[in-house]
Amino acid sequence: MKRYFSRKVFIYILTFFLAVTIDWLVPRFMPGNPVQNMLSRASIQSDAAEVMRGYYTKAFGLDVPLWQQYLNFWQAIFHGDLGVSVYMFPEKVTNVIFRAVPYDLALLVPSVLLSWIAGNKFGAFAARSRWLDNTILPITYLLRATPYMWLAILMAWSLGIVWGIFPISGAYSFSMQPSFSFAFLVSFLRHWFLPFASLFIVQFGGWAIGMRNMIIYELEEDYSHYLESLGAPRSLVRKYAFRNAMLPQITGLALRLGQVVAGALATEIVFSYPGIGYLLLQAINNQDYFLIQGCFLFIVIGVLLANFIIDVVYVIVDPRTRQGMEGT
Amino acid sequence: MEPPQSKEKNEFFYFALRNNKLVIGLIVVFFFLVFAIIGPFLTEHDLNERAGPRNQPPSAEYWFGTTTFGQDVFTQFVYGLRAAFIVGLVGGGLATIVGMMVGFFAGYHGGMVDELLNMLTNTVITIPKLAVLLVIAAYLTVRGVIHESIVIGLWSWPWAARAVRSQTFSLKSRNFIDMARMTGMSSMKIIWTEIAPNMMSYLFMTFVLQFGGAVLAAATLDFIGLGPTEGISLGLMMQHSFNWSAIQLGIWWWFVPPGAALALLVGAMYLMNVGLDEVFNPKLRER
Amino acid sequence: MALKTDDLRVYYQTLKGDVKALDGASFTLEDGEIMGLAGESGCGKSTLAKSLILLKPPMKYVEGRVRLDGEELPIWDDEKMNSFRYKNVSIIPQYAMNAMNPTRKIGKMVKELLKSRGISPGEKRDELEHRLDLVDLTRDVLSMYPIELSGGMKQRMVMVISSLLDPSLLMADEITSALDVSTQKAVSEMLVEFRDKDFIKSLIFITHDISILYQIADSITVMYAGKLVERAPTEEITGRPLHPYTKLLISSLPKIGAKYTEEKLEGIPGKPPELLEPPEGCRFKNRCPKKEEECDEEPPFREVSPGHKVACWKVKKDVS
Ligand SMILES: Nc1ncnc2c1ncn2[C@@H]1O[C@H](COP(=O)(O)OP(=O)(O)OP(=O)(O)O)[C@@H](O)[C@H]1O
Ligand code: SF4
Ligand SMILES: [Mg+2]
Repeated sequence: MKRYFSRKVFIYILTFFLAVTIDWLVPRFMPGNPVQNMLSRASIQSDAAEVMRGYYTKAFGLDVPLWQQYLNFWQAIFHGDLGVSVYMFPEKVTNVIFRAVPYDLALLVPSVLLSWIAGNKFGAFAARSRWLDNTILPITYLLRATPYMWLAILMAWSLGIVWGIFPISGAYSFSMQPSFSFAFLVSFLRHWFLPFASLFIVQFGGWAIGMRNMIIYELEEDYSHYLESLGAPRSLVRKYAFRNAMLPQITGLALRLGQVVAGALATEIVFSYPGIGYLLLQAINNQDYFLIQGCFLFIVIGVLLANFIIDVVYVIVDPRTRQGMEGT
Repeated sequence: MEPPQSKEKNEFFYFALRNNKLVIGLIVVFFFLVFAIIGPFLTEHDLNERAGPRNQPPSAEYWFGTTTFGQDVFTQFVYGLRAAFIVGLVGGGLATIVGMMVGFFAGYHGGMVDELLNMLTNTVITIPKLAVLLVIAAYLTVRGVIHESIVIGLWSWPWAARAVRSQTFSLKSRNFIDMARMTGMSSMKIIWTEIAPNMMSYLFMTFVLQFGGAVLAAATLDFIGLGPTEGISLGLMMQHSFNWSAIQLGIWWWFVPPGAALALLVGAMYLMNVGLDEVFNPKLRER
Repeated sequence: MALKTDDLRVYYQTLKGDVKALDGASFTLEDGEIMGLAGESGCGKSTLAKSLILLKPPMKYVEGRVRLDGEELPIWDDEKMNSFRYKNVSIIPQYAMNAMNPTRKIGKMVKELLKSRGISPGEKRDELEHRLDLVDLTRDVLSMYPIELSGGMKQRMVMVISSLLDPSLLMADEITSALDVSTQKAVSEMLVEFRDKDFIKSLIFITHDISILYQIADSITVMYAGKLVERAPTEEITGRPLHPYTKLLISSLPKIGAKYTEEKLEGIPGKPPELLEPPEGCRFKNRCPKKEEECDEEPPFREVSPGHKVACWKVKKDVS
């Protein structure tokens, strides 16, 4: 187990290192001068522009040797300094991002967990059932393949515009200030529902398909046949198969996280939901490189943390890793 | 004894043609492929030209309606479909090839080589692909569909590598590889003459998945605003319709076709993948 | 008599047609008898064993009757069969190494299995531990995961589990093939002991290794391409094999421990026939040194001397 963890942690450190390096490398080795690009697109008054030019030239530190730039970059990261945003000048990138993160969590955590549980349950239920396999499962294939933003757009259009049931923009009504009042909570939930639901549905399809295929493998495993030979009822055979099929699904969760995050970014854009995705869109439109870099780092860190949590859960659930064996 | 090659192939077609999932998937993909190839010849309009009145719903003249700028949605759609196939083939193909090489070497050599490559694979797989694409795309001022595909392909290989690696491991433990080794063939030769043919089916399945993944990744990238700076794609169509308030104005013909095509095309790919799995793996066949 | 099968036919349904893997098997097994079942790989030994306990797709029941202890075994009816499984018929499967759920502690798995069959695990606790002692396993194995056991340990554990409810008939499918020679012998002898102690009434012992059958089996049945070709008490069949196939098997026999599938049958030219469309008549005819015209018709499986049955035209002639 120790070996299992130390390996994983090593990979995470390596990943973080690689991510930071990419973050540093890209602006420096892409064609064009980032500072110039950035300022030419940002619509700001000329006196502010001078201040910014001075700041960013120094911030990118383009005047020192490359290795020095690289070390400086790391140093800044360890000081929690991700630079200053252009689009929200002179706010710090970290502050801008910290304000957005809660909205991401509000969408991602429930949609990931609930769709994982519901999708797995449904997939297990549908496996080896001829009529479900021919009716509902084909739909889940489509769901798995549906671009997140398209489902979001469809839902916004049908439930938001055509039927007018849900608001389709923002995290709460524009006329409100965040507070712990009941009215605010209702407004928040109404704004939250559509982005959450569209994320939930697409992910649900993926898990259902995955579980269906996985459990069919498990039901054909030797241990399932042995139980059947000894007259164990279907419920016990299924229970074992389900439990064992869950394990790869946990690993799958870690592997698919990146995709889900991407989906959430696109979904936030559709609903103007003020999470990192929406922020990113603004950053891209305003060529706000520091903000883009910051979002990138945050996304990577978030995914790494989630991966770590999943690893811990996996060790708790799969006895083989605890017995000093290598996990899958 | 291995059965003779020709017999094996017949058996493949025998089961393939009787697998509904595979057949339906193939038909859908083929349908879109034909659409993408001949579609542009069915329209007399140019991509961005003002083809008619604004915001026209679908009609006999404008099959898929027109956009807020009076562009013909059908024209954009068929060119967008072409772009989707290009991204799928180039991005998915590249990912499969790179993944195949990495996976082969890791699985075949084992030991240190495997450790290192495996570490690289796990590292790359953990960093969200879209995030990297974002950073790269954000700094590229001129972007084309091919650039996009290459970047996507180069960041998608770990999935293929993992699959190929474990497959190589299991094939390697079979006797014939030992025999090849005893006869003194070089490792490259063993890979190409012994392992690769056995894995063609598996690779094809991997490619099918990678194709779907690349198409979806490109669509998301396009929608965020980091797609090709020239030309059209299905993701760009969605982005444009969204940016010009097609949702609020109810111009559904602008955003429904591109998303539906993506879902159907990629869904058909996934369906094919499961179908192929069942064909190659008798245990999974329907009862 | 413990077991009586009558013209049992079980095919595998494939899209290409039926694989006739068990095509008319009739034999009886006495109380307390250990029957060795031998034959080349793919001749239908496992199919015979599986059809007596878990006959599920792609296996297809075609015809035949099975009686166990005077009662009909409804092998074609999965539901009705369930009450007989484990309690009356049990199996140590060919895949015993992977038979236990990898993510459950063995003791817990056994408990859940017993409970699901309506048996209180507490009641069986002592018996379980007693049998673990008999097969030289410590009680700790119950709190271990299968992955922590060696191959031989897993094999013995499955032996204990499968026989725990004292089934009338136990089928052991190639339980020795994955073990080294000395373990093979020990494991086989443990099964004999199980019979002697009356844990099980009778045993069908499937193996690739005829030399083991010399030591433990009361009778030997030889299969070829989905058919029974010879059945006789062990001494009789080894001393006076009658079917040409059995003769080749036995004459080419080994120093102890050699497996005929690996080495010996290379001495018999040709390959067993395709079971999808087996040839008319005797299925051994394309390899048989004594083949004659009449062999194009199917030879009956008939008794040529008391307790000795053979399916060969030539043998009938020899005797008459
Ligand atoms: N699931 C299946 N589908 C189709 N044919 C099968 C299936 N399982 C077995 N067969 C065929 O049935 C025949 C008998 O198989 P069986 O497993 O009973 O052989 P066996 O005598 O136990 O061989 P071995 O000694 O290798 O275990 C073989 O020819 C095999 O090809
Ligand atoms: S019946 Fe004929 S072919 Fe068959 S074993 Fe006897 S002699 Fe040989
Ligand atoms: Mg067998």
